[in-house]
Amino acid sequence: MSESYDRGLVEDFGRWTEFSAGMWAWVFHKFTGWVLVGYLFTHISVLSTSLQGAQAYNNTLSGLESLAVVRILEVGLLAVAVFHILNGIRLLFVDLGVGLEAQDKSFYASLVLTGVIVVASVPTFLTGAF
Amino acid sequence: MAERYSSFRSGSTTWLLQRLTAAFLVVVLAFHFFNLHFVTHAYNIEFAGSQARMSEVGYYLTMVLFLVTATFHGVNGVYNALVNQGIEGKAKRAAQIVLGLAGLLLVVQGIRVANTLAGF
Repeated sequence: MSESYDRGLVEDFGRWTEFSAGMWAWVFHKFTGWVLVGYLFTHISVLSTSLQGAQAYNNTLSGLESLAVVRILEVGLLAVAVFHILNGIRLLFVDLGVGLEAQDKSFYASLVLTGVIVVASVPTFLTGAF
Repeated sequence: MAERYSSFRSGSTTWLLQRLTAAFLVVVLAFHFFNLHFVTHAYNIEFAGSQARMSEVGYYLTMVLFLVTATFHGVNGVYNALVNQGIEGKAKRAAQIVLGLAGLLLVVQGIRVANTLAGF
């Protein structure tokens, strides 16, 4: 039967040099997960301005989108979401018993593909930001 | 048998739900991002456009299901991360209550937003 894997304390940052690909994948998946769940609450809060009417909703969204820092943060959000999706697919396959022996390569592939998608999306996200 | 690398206890209902919601979210989160950043640019989003999208029953139902699954996946993920760090007893119970309530409030508020945009 399956066994659990003792990772030790990730909070012990002195251990980072010992980290393997699988450990980095685990750390990045946790980090991106925390960011995404935090964003979900923020997202619904912002969209809740619709309850005050069309004007409040439009003013809030256009006000936020006019800030360059928000546009840059959106690129960051894309990076976080794309990595979480790609690494999530990797985890689903590993859970199904597929690709455990190549889990380090699929992690590197997730990173590279995330980088490519994010870089290619920068013009779309930053149009008119500056 | 291969060693299993996961923060979640295998065999539980929440373990299965975390994976089922993941499979759904992979598709819908990608669609959501693509739809509201590439098809319609985020800086062009206005109430009228959101209203038009949300007025379609299929879109409304997809977004509500997206909200419910994303909330479950996120809140359950945070809970499992905390359990993985070793919280037990009262701290574990408190995490269940706080995260459960936060998730419930988020879903209720999200549905209120969806209903407003759909014109219900």
